[in-house]
Amino acid sequence: MKDFAALYRELDASTSSLAKQAALQRYLREADPVDAAWAVYFLAGGKPRQLVPNKLLRLLAQEAAGLPEWLFDESYEAVGDLAETIALLLPPPTEAHDLGLARWVEEHLLPLRDAGKSAPDELPARLRAQWRQLAAEERLVYFKLITGAFRVGVSKLQVTQALAAVGGIDPKRVAQRLMGYTHIGGRPRAEDYRALIAPESGAEQVQKTSGQPYPFFLAHAFNLPLEQFDAVLGPPADWIVEWKWDGIRAQLVKRAGAVWLWSRGEELVTERFPELAVLGEALPDGTVLDGEIAVWREDRVQPFAELQKRIGRKTLGAKLLREIPVVLLAYDILEWEGRDLRMLPQWERRALLDELVTRVQHPALLPSPMLTGIEWSDLARQREAARSMGVEGMMLKRRDAQYGVGRTKDVGVWWKWKIDPLSIDAVLIYAQRGHGRRASLYSDYTFAVWDGPPGQDDRKLVPFAKAYSGLTDAEMARVDAIIRKTTVESFGPVRSVEPTLVFELGFEGIARSARHKSGIAVRFPRMLRWREDKPVAEADTLQTLAALLPS
Amino acid sequence: MPDDLVIARPEGLYCPPGDFYIDPWRPVARAVITHAHSDHARIGHAHYLAHTDSAGTLRTRLGNDIALQTLGYGEAIEHHGVRVSLHPAGHVLGSAQVRLEHGGRVWVASGDYKTEPDGTCAPFEPVPCDTFITESTFGLPIYRWPTQGALFAEIDAWWRGNAEAGRASVLFCYAFGKAQRILHGVDASIGPVVVHGAVEPLNAVYRAAGVALPNTLRVTDPGIDAALLKRALVLAPPSAQGTPWMRRFGNYADAFASGWMQLRGTRRRRGVDRGFVMSDHADWPGLQQAIAGTGASRVFVTHGSVAVMVRWLTENGLEAQGFKTEYGDEDDQETPSPSGGRLGRGQAAPDAEADGGPHPSLPTEGEGATAP
Repeated sequence: MKDFAALYRELDASTSSLAKQAALQRYLREADPVDAAWAVYFLAGGKPRQLVPNKLLRLLAQEAAGLPEWLFDESYEAVGDLAETIALLLPPPTEAHDLGLARWVEEHLLPLRDAGKSAPDELPARLRAQWRQLAAEERLVYFKLITGAFRVGVSKLQVTQALAAVGGIDPKRVAQRLMGYTHIGGRPRAEDYRALIAPESGAEQVQKTSGQPYPFFLAHAFNLPLEQFDAVLGPPADWIVEWKWDGIRAQLVKRAGAVWLWSRGEELVTERFPELAVLGEALPDGTVLDGEIAVWREDRVQPFAELQKRIGRKTLGAKLLREIPVVLLAYDILEWEGRDLRMLPQWERRALLDELVTRVQHPALLPSPMLTGIEWSDLARQREAARSMGVEGMMLKRRDAQYGVGRTKDVGVWWKWKIDPLSIDAVLIYAQRGHGRRASLYSDYTFAVWDGPPGQDDRKLVPFAKAYSGLTDAEMARVDAIIRKTTVESFGPVRSVEPTLVFELGFEGIARSARHKSGIAVRFPRMLRWREDKPVAEADTLQTLAALLPS
Repeated sequence: MPDDLVIARPEGLYCPPGDFYIDPWRPVARAVITHAHSDHARIGHAHYLAHTDSAGTLRTRLGNDIALQTLGYGEAIEHHGVRVSLHPAGHVLGSAQVRLEHGGRVWVASGDYKTEPDGTCAPFEPVPCDTFITESTFGLPIYRWPTQGALFAEIDAWWRGNAEAGRASVLFCYAFGKAQRILHGVDASIGPVVVHGAVEPLNAVYRAAGVALPNTLRVTDPGIDAALLKRALVLAPPSAQGTPWMRRFGNYADAFASGWMQLRGTRRRRGVDRGFVMSDHADWPGLQQAIAGTGASRVFVTHGSVAVMVRWLTENGLEAQGFKTEYGDEDDQETPSPSGGRLGRGQAAPDAEADGGPHPSLPTEGEGATAP
């Protein structure tokens, strides 16, 4: 437990991913595999079912610290995390222990859940007896494991990489082995951990049966003015042009009767998209497709926010799958009949892909349509419809391009020709404290626009969007200071402020909404810049906002 | 109440019978100064009264020509029938609580204070009084400081680890008070100690007052080379973070010393490798202990968690209320405040390379913005 708490502290303290990686590897090499098994479980995002109700935990902590409820709440608000608040408030330990992480989890933490059911009266005493033994540093981890808020700025990918380094194997292989490892009811043992880092078996290495994806070929931004297109790109006829979808880039791998779906982060996401797993089963063995996962309804792509509703879910019910169906918008084929096609030119791969899509005829497999134009200006005109179609712009792929590795340009190139975000000048009217890194800082803001034109005496500010990203730390600290000085009223963690601050907000999409007071909902709002030059009276109005709605 | 010995006026805390102010933030005729941090000692008053050990810093900052009268701890003067004396506050060198006695009443204004002795200034002394005016910068029970011993063991271990790995240890800290406390407390046998140009003039003031500090070097001193810097502890004000001055240290480890480092969120926002929990202010137990130690039945709370402290003290049977002030918190020096420039940045920074730059900032919890 002490070593794991020290690792947590080290990961948490560092801002460098190199240092985090080094700390992870050091821990994994030195830890008892029994403990490493659980460490990997938690670090990779595993969460046991709720062990103790948060309410009880708060109550006991309050009592142990000898504080009234309101003061506990004030403390919690300043800290922004329940586990940390409790760890800071409890009196110092009075006993010691020398148990490792695994024994703490298996003998102390996990049994709390059953104890809460069979003998709820004994739960308080059990908890007190546990935290009495833990030093301050261990307590933070202990309570985080209990509250389930165990985040430490390490991604599953980083854990995968550390395991791969320790085992001397390919990180993608580790990702495959990690499938199911962080299951909610998981009880990882030492042998499970050893299996994660074991040398690759013969069966794993055979390309025909391996689930490994190819490294993704990535596009570069293209922002030149239209006049220069011909000079830089040549005629449109040299290019395959497609919409740039706003979804999740993915490779669907089908080999030896099994299906793997990999996201661009080389993360295995097969379990999150069962309909694509079904699609994969319909493909012949030895096929790898590259495309975009997107929500598709009423013959069109749906906003990314819809997809987010699915990503966030732990369990995918039938209702959710029905209401938010996804498809693979395929635009490339990397393997066919077990052959690596990446050296073929783009147009040949595309022809093969179209043939396959027609043959398979599966509702979850759509070809990403190709767009045509004699002149670049024709395509630029079509691109104007991007916003109303819910796409981010266009992709330009050289017809003779091979499928490269990562951001290489030596064997071909893909350009992304994106549209500018929508923007509006809005007034900050409410502020709320952030969490985690931003606890104690007013960092989450609600923005409003005027409901009437300048000069209209009785016009009011109508809230329409919340945003919390886009400012530098220094700007945020200044905004925070102004919020504190211009507070009108506090409602719990929220403050209303005198309207004095104007920000340019950018967003990716806009739609009518009955659920919003303003009648309008925007997608991905964020602060593009602080308009310190702009008086509040010159902020935009509902009318200017409505003018941005797609007709 | 009309009989109060200290009342809040737009200029600052005012003593009506004595006709003077304590740490006023607007120019007044007579000002008693608790300590030389810039949000407490401002420019433009006609007369200053402060502790003897504050004279050097006050004159450096406010000019040699200020009309300054000084007192030792416990020494008293009488002004318009008010007996005024200064008592150790344990905050920084020369910091004092102001005791006022008039017509049978005794009031004490704490200024900023810290209850744990640190060896660089006279330790805090509880002064019995009827009414106590207390600060509340860290007025939440989540703030409990590690002991001096534990704190310096951590700093030493960090420095030693870095020195062994051939990396400079850059520790950001406030130039007046905290820097000297670190110098006084670290194990100087680990390696050389280098200080930023904003820090050295304050070291001189402390040394002149008889505080033992290890030998300190400046980057411009002869004989300073890359090999030496790799083993060095470097003390610099937070405003130096991200400036070109830092480049000479190559691949260094950095840390920040502040009471705010108690919270994981602030530590991470600060963007340094390590946060050391170190403050010149009292922690929650310290505040409670100090207030109880005065025996006061009435308490005024200034800058910090005013609302929380007032409610807590009231629930514990004291008569408590808030005073709205414009003091800040020197842990917070880059946050814009009505006080404008703060010591440490504006003052005595003859280091030409030490110009400003983009500074990350700390939260303004310590600002007097939370009116009750």
